Amino acid sequence: MEAFGLLLHGFAVLLTWKTLVLMMVGLVLGIFVGVLPGLGGPNGVAILLPLTFTMDPTSAIVMLSCIYWGALFGGAITSILFNIPGEAWSVATTFDGYPMAQQGRAAEALTAAFTSSFIGSLVAVLLITFLAPMISSFALKFGPPEFFAVYLLTFCSFVGLGREAKHKTVISMSLGLLLAGIGMDTVSGNLRMTFGSAELLRGINFLVAVIGLFGISEILLTMEERLALRGHAASISLRVVLGVWKDLPKYWATLLRSSFIGCWLGITPGGAIAASFMGYNLAKRFSKDPESFGKGRIEGVFAPETAAHASGTAALLPMLALGIPGSGTAAILLGGLMVWGLNPGPLLFVEHKDFVWGLIASMYLGNVVGLVLVLTTVPIFASILRVPFAAVAPMIVVSCAIGAYAIQNAMFDIWLMLGFGIVGYVFKKIGIPLAPFTLALVLGNRAEDAFRLSMIGSGGDLKVFWSNGLVGSISTLAIVLLFWPVIDGVLSRVGWTQRTRATSP
Amino acid sequence: MRIPVKAVAAATALLLSTPAFAGWEPAKPVEIVVAAGAGGASDQMARMMQAAIQKNNLMKQPIVVSLKGGASGAEALMYMKSSEGDPNKVLIAYSLIYMLPLSAKIPFNWRELTPVSVVALDQFVLWDNSAGAKTVKEFVAAAKVASAPFKMGGTGSKREDHVLTVFLEQKTGAKFSYLPYKSGGEAATQLVGNHTEANVNNPSENLEVWRAGQVRPLCVFDKERISYTTKVTDTQSWADIPTCKEEGVDVQYLMLRAMFLPGKVTPEQQAFYVDLFHKVTQTAEYKEYMEKQALKPIFLTGKDMVKFLEEDDALNKSLMTEAGFVAK
Repeated sequence: MEAFGLLLHGFAVLLTWKTLVLMMVGLVLGIFVGVLPGLGGPNGVAILLPLTFTMDPTSAIVMLSCIYWGALFGGAITSILFNIPGEAWSVATTFDGYPMAQQGRAAEALTAAFTSSFIGSLVAVLLITFLAPMISSFALKFGPPEFFAVYLLTFCSFVGLGREAKHKTVISMSLGLLLAGIGMDTVSGNLRMTFGSAELLRGINFLVAVIGLFGISEILLTMEERLALRGHAASISLRVVLGVWKDLPKYWATLLRSSFIGCWLGITPGGAIAASFMGYNLAKRFSKDPESFGKGRIEGVFAPETAAHASGTAALLPMLALGIPGSGTAAILLGGLMVWGLNPGPLLFVEHKDFVWGLIASMYLGNVVGLVLVLTTVPIFASILRVPFAAVAPMIVVSCAIGAYAIQNAMFDIWLMLGFGIVGYVFKKIGIPLAPFTLALVLGNRAEDAFRLSMIGSGGDLKVFWSNGLVGSISTLAIVLLFWPVIDGVLSRVGWTQRTRATSP
Repeated sequence: MRIPVKAVAAATALLLSTPAFAGWEPAKPVEIVVAAGAGGASDQMARMMQAAIQKNNLMKQPIVVSLKGGASGAEALMYMKSSEGDPNKVLIAYSLIYMLPLSAKIPFNWRELTPVSVVALDQFVLWDNSAGAKTVKEFVAAAKVASAPFKMGGTGSKREDHVLTVFLEQKTGAKFSYLPYKSGGEAATQLVGNHTEANVNNPSENLEVWRAGQVRPLCVFDKERISYTTKVTDTQSWADIPTCKEEGVDVQYLMLRAMFLPGKVTPEQQAFYVDLFHKVTQTAEYKEYMEKQALKPIFLTGKDMVKFLEEDDALNKSLMTEAGFVAK
């Protein structure tokens, strides 16, 4: 119960008017930057970081982390209303969130997203509070083979559990892997596929691709089809919110599963993105009605949002305890910590108790205050859908362009974004799924590096992926998921799957 | 103390014959360009400078840190090269300015930029897991008898860490498998988790895990010991780490940390930054940072700096050639 005492101490540090005001300011700023696609958490935190140099570390981190929570909440808004994911992990939220908005259930989808974000973060914070020391030693168990096994698991779950035709998923994923190879190869130190262009040196930025693939292509499709945003002005009231909450217990299994996946992948440095996709795919796999996913099912919003926020929150733990940022925003926060003279590492928890527990307490408070704040503003955001398309579309395109430019201050990225917009449009027309493409673009590089480092370390022996219990079980699970359709077929012939289906919720 | 440094600064001031505040001054926010990822040694140093400049009011315009670590830092170099004539960008450079053009054929030459000052020299230390060998001799012996590949972690491929590993092999006759990670921080955690046997991180990159007793410094790749004698762990200070030469492995390497402006800026603009970074090296923030991260303080500018760069370039080129890392 030592943790409990320390946590109470953390709350005591926080509960001053000054920190509470900073918290509100941070949340509002965060929601604003979250709503602008591409500007997102990392840029918001980066812009505001110098403002906090004169504050004491605890106030500063409270404000910055509240910008982070605000941006996480805000990211869901554009994913649902415009099909434009703000952060990498919002991509899976668009699968069912956007169809819901089109059906006039935007308020419901937003409420679901905010509520599940809150639940995911809460579970992760509880985990951090009581298990921090144990978790950091677990994260240390991850060497190159373990990392590769986790990435493999994500790729395999996509192919094995995805609803699209398998060959289309593989085509889409391969194209993503190909583009991920552009730029400097860390392992050999050579340039690949840059064709002498200085712009291609840094590779293709994931967010630029996502803004184009999802945002611009959606505008193109809408222009072709009807020149109006689908979705009616939703009737929003407390009733909608309460209605969603009343249904929550029905989805307890999904929420629990996604929280678990999120926490597990979040403490694996860099695993936060994989979590949202896996949460979504597993929810679909275990559902009695997998066909309805992707057509506006509320569970399809709950699953990825819970997982994403559980992992987004849990990702702060490896940052604090090991100095490895789990996401772009965490990386900027890391830079901030160093300015205030706090060096992330195993001793941070021992030497700077006030700071660490203040931060953890702010995760609780920030999430509660954030939830109330976003829920009360849902009507404002949902009413954007009532604005005529002719007025809103140019604003979306401009904000997409600003977002794409702001990531690396490069004009080239705007052209790249437009190019990806056309690619996305063509993919949608010929029915190639976009998600495997984006997943491969994010994780391709890391998976390749992890694989090659494993091979250098083992002298080229593939047995390294079964060399201990941890990596062995992840690798095996990956193979099982890849061949799941085949295994499922065999099982149902024997008559097993029927029984499992009956017992699963 | 360091008379040449003061003389150079005085000479620069005399040359311009105007006090700094009456000369050129940036009219826009100034960007410190970092050629590495978040949390690395360059990023930490840039943020220390940002804080030192703001807290001591050394400049009217705000200063921002911009991370351009893409393509192992090549992104930052190309960014500086394409910003010719823009006096609001200053690069915090390290040995990549010599090595990247050689290993990856990046069309970049540091002579196209405007040198401002060398602000520090960084050390390299051989570290192993605290459960591993206790001395360099034991370490080399263990590497020689190892049946599986003996893994050495480092940052990037065909760069300073990789070069040091090759020379360590040549001097000891042991064989290492070099694992290139994306950052020094990652190399540090991978060593703690026992996924590698050793690494050659800069002091700053392994400081926290050393203090936590998870890694052990074996030797410093320099001709003399680090000068700081304040205890870092319960029992050891930086000065307690022997040099690799003392331990019978004569490998030395120091890495520059230097500031550059883009090409084609005016002498007034260059002088402003020479003066600014000279003031930075006088601040308490800088001094504290140098000691904490075990960096060697130095301040070179003007002709001295160019001479240093030319010699350092030649040295790095010969090391890279000998290690076989120069692209054909």
